[in-house]
Amino acid sequence: MEASSNTLSRTVLAVLAHLALLAAWYLFVSIGDVPKYVMPSPQATVRALFEENYNWWLNTGVTALEIFVGYFLALAVGVTLALLFTWSQTLEAFFMPLLVSLNMIPKVALGPLIIVWFKYGIFPNSMMAFSIAVFPILLTTARGLRETEPELLDLVRALRGSRWQVFTKIQLPGALPYIFSGMKVGAILAVAGAIVGEFLSSDKGLGYLMLQVQVTLDTPAMFMAVILITLIGVALYGSVLLLERLLVAKDARIA
Amino acid sequence: MTESFIHLAGVSKAYRRGGETHLAISDATFDVMPGELVSLVGPSGCGKSTLLKVLAGLHPQDSGEVRIGSSTHAFDPARDVGMVFQAPLLLKWRRILQNVLLPAEILGLPMAEARERGRALLRLVGLEGSEDKYPYELSGGMQQRAAIARALVHDPKLVLMDEPFGALDALTREKMNLELLRIWKESGKTILFVTHGISEAVFLGTRVIVMTAGPARMADNIPIELPRPRTLDMKTHEMFGEYTRRIYRLLGME
Ligand SMILES: Nc1ncnc2c1ncn2[C@@H]1O[C@H](COP(=O)(O)OP(=O)(O)O)[C@@H](O)[C@H]1O
Ligand SMILES: [Mg+2]
Repeated sequence: MEASSNTLSRTVLAVLAHLALLAAWYLFVSIGDVPKYVMPSPQATVRALFEENYNWWLNTGVTALEIFVGYFLALAVGVTLALLFTWSQTLEAFFMPLLVSLNMIPKVALGPLIIVWFKYGIFPNSMMAFSIAVFPILLTTARGLRETEPELLDLVRALRGSRWQVFTKIQLPGALPYIFSGMKVGAILAVAGAIVGEFLSSDKGLGYLMLQVQVTLDTPAMFMAVILITLIGVALYGSVLLLERLLVAKDARIA
Repeated sequence: MTESFIHLAGVSKAYRRGGETHLAISDATFDVMPGELVSLVGPSGCGKSTLLKVLAGLHPQDSGEVRIGSSTHAFDPARDVGMVFQAPLLLKWRRILQNVLLPAEILGLPMAEARERGRALLRLVGLEGSEDKYPYELSGGMQQRAAIARALVHDPKLVLMDEPFGALDALTREKMNLELLRIWKESGKTILFVTHGISEAVFLGTRVIVMTAGPARMADNIPIELPRPRTLDMKTHEMFGEYTRRIYRLLGME
């Protein structure tokens, strides 16, 4: 009872904080007499949505597609590699230090190279998203799979349990909280990666649109693009959170 | 005379670390009769856990003879070992009954039957009503009871316990000692109980095997002739004191 009224008041406060920001934005623009090209009003920002030349649907769809493709590729590759490492210690000892070093490369710096390799379009931008998101997913999954108590493995091995049983009954469910923690970090990074890709070279997408309207100083449209990019990120992050809620016991979740 | 259930003769086991070999057990020789509860006591690092791993078939010994099972008491190494460790090691995403059923799942036993047995075992260990709870909802002592039920669910002939009460507070530990004696009596299992608590070893065991470290070695094998059922006030008996004094002496603490 107390706990639920506590969550309720927290939800109310969270909504209030967002509304307050919106109100502050509105007041700042209308009272402060700021030029529109510096800081458009909320109404002007919404109005930008009705500018048909900007192809909002298409551009939002393209950016979302780039992000999702890159993200799911990162998830598949990250988890699979981490798994292979638990299969073979030699494989892990060989590749893990290498991956830790590769993780130190600022992935954004790879942008121009990725364009040389993959030309421009949806795929290279997905690769940008992928290259940023894959590391946290891989590293946290590998860590989670390694975290299994050795005595628990003894218990299963004493019963001649198979590798597959160890994996499905103990390692994977034990690693899920870690996998999700990597997936959450990865979701945020994937969005950033795709947008950087679009900034570098593209002919569609919200990042591309931002560069176009920057030339004409259509700041309301830039604001709108940022909001839409954020919303794509929120949708992705939210789906991950929802899935985590369904799959991971509350006391096992990692922030 | 009945045949022993476990027979160890001259068993040794070394770990290799870098270029060095480190002797974890040397010349372990003892027998365990069917249905005995034998305590293994010794300072940490003397090879107690290693000995249990050899018995569980997790590590082969380097030399010596290990025989488990006899003509009257068959033993299948793949399914007749139950294990309990110092940490309960329950899977935190599974409810208590599901945790208890883990060995049955691994062995592919018929699940309906196993579930019945799991419930009965939870009653036996005093956890009736906690079947659907998650591990974090139970105290340390209760989690360890669940771990004991898990070790029994596939009806193993041999239960290996490695300092199972080492992480519990003193009062809970005494209580769990009494519970273990009751569970042992009702289940009729052969139990090997590792501890570094000397009075716990004497209180529980039909026999106490004393091991010493540096170098690892078996120091003595003492039949405990205290009356049964054991009660806590026996800890103040003359005889109890003599047993514990003898073990302290063997461990060089007197
Ligand atoms: N997997 C291992 N590899 C190398 N040395 C080990 C391993 N397991 C245990 N040892 C060493 O063997 C000795 C006995 O260990 P153990 O059987 O765990 O002792 P105890 O359970 O009596 O404390 C210790 O010195 C320990 O460091
Ligand atoms: Mg030990």
